[in-house]
Amino acid sequence: MSAAIPMGAARVGRWTRLLGGLALGLATVFFLGPVLFMIVGSLKPDELVLREAGSWRAFWPTEGSLQNYRDVFERVNFGRFLFNSLFITGAVVAVGLVVNSMAGYAFARMRWTGRNALFAFVLALLILPFEAIAVPLFYMMIEFGWRDSYQVQIVPFLANAFSIYLFYTFFLGLPRELEEAAEIDGAGPWRTFFTLIVPNAKPAFATVAILTFLVTWGSYLWPLMVTSGETYRPLPVAIANFKTLPPLQWGDIMAFGVMMVLPILLVFLLFQRWFVRGVASTGMKN
Amino acid sequence: MKAAAGLRGRNRHGWLMAGPALAGLLLFIAVPFLMAVGLSLTNLRLGSPLPLEWVGFQQYERIFGDPAFRRALVNNAVFALVVVPVQTALALGLALLLNRPLAGRVWFRTFFFMPVVFPMALVAVVWQLILAPGAAGPLNALLGLATFGLWEPLDFLNHSGAALPSIMLMSIWQGAGFQMVILLAGLQGIPSTYYEAAAIDGAGRWQQFLHVTLPGLRNTLIFVVLVTTILAFRLFDQVDILTRGGPNNATTTVMFEGVTSAFRRQQVARAAAITVVFFVIVLAITLVQRRLLREEREIS
Repeated sequence: MSAAIPMGAARVGRWTRLLGGLALGLATVFFLGPVLFMIVGSLKPDELVLREAGSWRAFWPTEGSLQNYRDVFERVNFGRFLFNSLFITGAVVAVGLVVNSMAGYAFARMRWTGRNALFAFVLALLILPFEAIAVPLFYMMIEFGWRDSYQVQIVPFLANAFSIYLFYTFFLGLPRELEEAAEIDGAGPWRTFFTLIVPNAKPAFATVAILTFLVTWGSYLWPLMVTSGETYRPLPVAIANFKTLPPLQWGDIMAFGVMMVLPILLVFLLFQRWFVRGVASTGMKN
Repeated sequence: MKAAAGLRGRNRHGWLMAGPALAGLLLFIAVPFLMAVGLSLTNLRLGSPLPLEWVGFQQYERIFGDPAFRRALVNNAVFALVVVPVQTALALGLALLLNRPLAGRVWFRTFFFMPVVFPMALVAVVWQLILAPGAAGPLNALLGLATFGLWEPLDFLNHSGAALPSIMLMSIWQGAGFQMVILLAGLQGIPSTYYEAAAIDGAGRWQQFLHVTLPGLRNTLIFVVLVTTILAFRLFDQVDILTRGGPNNATTTVMFEGVTSAFRRQQVARAAAITVVFFVIVLAITLVQRRLLREEREIS
């Protein structure tokens, strides 16, 4: 135990350490338990999932097989739902990055008439949660004839006040010299932005991409309102619906869940540092 | 874009760069919101034979007179009053545990943060199984074990007293990691010299927590509390998937009432009024937070 511990606690008592370890252990069980439970359940015969759920066997696949996964594909068009989620999320993230970073840049680094008033408008929209507009937007989309489509799940979510704000704060912090050098070279604002600013703003792009990805991938309320058939249904609505399909087979439902979270879990484990940094940076905004 | 084209060089570029996003925000956020305010003052109901007319604040009077909506407001408030402190305390505790030299620190952080990437719809489905009724239900079995068999198995989601707490529990499971990461970043922003100075002054760990950690985390905590409170009022997915507001409105929420009015009952005007009430609540919470932050700036 050296004296340079950040907490400043020179000596940590044995009991404190024991309690800390116990707390960590309990927390691990609490957070990891349901995840393991889902994975193990997905590998068991359907009738055993609930029967063994109340014992230690809930965390041990006694008769493990991939039958449930096969069943999911047989019972519903899982591939279609997966594609829908990937396509919608991919489009919202990709186009959103372009549109919102450009706006963030225009607000942070360019001078133009109306900038301040419009920036106040963006800030005002920051406090408006999506739920506050879901209902009127729903009727508007019916007027557009967009009900049950991809665009109804993509287009309204491209422009995002919070993403603009995150880009804005990041671009404010970039050194002025970047643009001054570009100006001397005779580059216009567009070339400056795409060849100089964007490559220097990777952390901002990663943060916005991750947050947009999480929100869009998990979105339930909106697709529930605007999709009616299976054609454009994304995974969250699909699993809620799958759960109600008779016969109730928990193994299949858990297999559906594992496949639904697997892509995002892999991305998370690979880019964990970015996830954590991205989430942490949302707290820095004030 | 005639006006913009007439403007000089930089001006035009600024407009063009911000234009697409601004158009999107205007069309898909600002306009629908104004529509909500306007519609809430009418009697619009799809398929209704009544002529469309302005009815003033009638919709608001009606929703506040509706026991289900009042119950929804209470449920959201109770949810916030329980989840915000519990989840924040849990997240702060975890952040403090991880803000030390510790073997496997990154692993623990990964475990605690993992539920954050789970879509709420999936969380609801997995927890439905965990909350399964009868002695075989995992939570029932666990409670039975912890009480040496004294626990009477509950049908959590169909029990008027247990349904809302069950939904709180899964929400905390999913959300605590998010807060923890933000608080961890806040903790790391407190200079270690502050702790050293406090230690030299003879402050114990608890005193250091009270006089260094908490003041240092003030803004982060205000932010985390604000976000969680607003999330509490947005509560919808878990309720829709697990209980549909039941039993007996025990788990209904403002958003659930709004969505039910809007597209299960086609009551456009009523749904719009609920939307506006929801917005006013969120606005009030935000203003309180701004106020708290400003006070601190004046002090420092």
